Amino acid sequence: MGKLIRFLPLILVIALGVVLYRGLSLNPQDMPSALVGKTMPDFSLKTLKDNEQVGTQADLKGDIVLVNVWATWCPTCKYEHPYLVDIAKDPQVKLYGLNYKDDRAAAQQWLEHYEDPYVFSIFDDEGTLGLDLGVYGAPETFVIDHHGIIRKRFAGAIDTRVWRREFEPLIAQLIEEKKQGK
Amino acid sequence: MRLTRLFILFLTLAFSVNQAEASPVDTYVFHDEVTKIRFQALTKELRCPKCQNQNLAGSNSPIAADLRKELYELLQQGKADSEIVSFMVDRYGEFVLYRPRVSSLTYVLWFGPIVLILLGIIIVIVIVRRKPVAKSDLVLSKEQQDKLNNFLNDK
Repeated sequence: MGKLIRFLPLILVIALGVVLYRGLSLNPQDMPSALVGKTMPDFSLKTLKDNEQVGTQADLKGDIVLVNVWATWCPTCKYEHPYLVDIAKDPQVKLYGLNYKDDRAAAQQWLEHYEDPYVFSIFDDEGTLGLDLGVYGAPETFVIDHHGIIRKRFAGAIDTRVWRREFEPLIAQLIEEKKQGK
Repeated sequence: MRLTRLFILFLTLAFSVNQAEASPVDTYVFHDEVTKIRFQALTKELRCPKCQNQNLAGSNSPIAADLRKELYELLQQGKADSEIVSFMVDRYGEFVLYRPRVSSLTYVLWFGPIVLILLGIIIVIVIVRRKPVAKSDLVLSKEQQDKLNNFLNDK
């Protein structure tokens, strides 16, 4: 017992070292969203392509949905764009765009020039829905289940590696949940 | 001479760079002094989600500007400070608070230091109050005394 106490400070220092060392490799930008587990906030915003058409949260319900926050001023969005085009080919998920604090003409041109992977894009030039979603930059991608509940928020670019690591397991799980009628 | 000129040029440049690093300037009009002070206090307490080591008051990032605008509007709507803080936390998480709220997640953060200090005080008290070795224990027994005498006499 007495011997053990002698080693206690050493053990404590080693434990502290392990904790701090682990802290070094954590990404501080990697924050869980405050909205995970909550329902998609209500919104009613014009779509990017048609100023007359209004998109609401009801449009997203019933499917496994990805909402991708993008903008023409965001270079990383351009990087992830081809991967989004690929993802959009999967019939089991629906990809919607949230055009965040952007210029309508420029954004429309972007979709014409590249391919448009989105079912439709919501035009949020003032960032009101962005604010409700806790968006602080672009690109960000939200996964919403068939009940309209936000299950994941991912800040940063999606590519094949990120998709496999961050999204595929969750999407598979959601498809399973939907099948079982949960 | 040339060196002096160069030096002066360097100084001027250095100072002009300093001036370029101005903090963000918004022009918000407040009808009363109290709201203005509340705005200033809240922008200092709330953290910018993008540039994580700055508060809303000190950040130039677009999201900080947006949040200042939102904060201003919430104040104009007559929202209480606690409502505004909840509004921000609901969207950006506990993370936006520079002074985290007391919850089961932050107990260690809030009370850890006090617990450690108390622990330290207790340890010090225990060590200080530990009974000194009794004098009678220090006296050599008859046997030991003989042994010692033997050693000393060996010389």
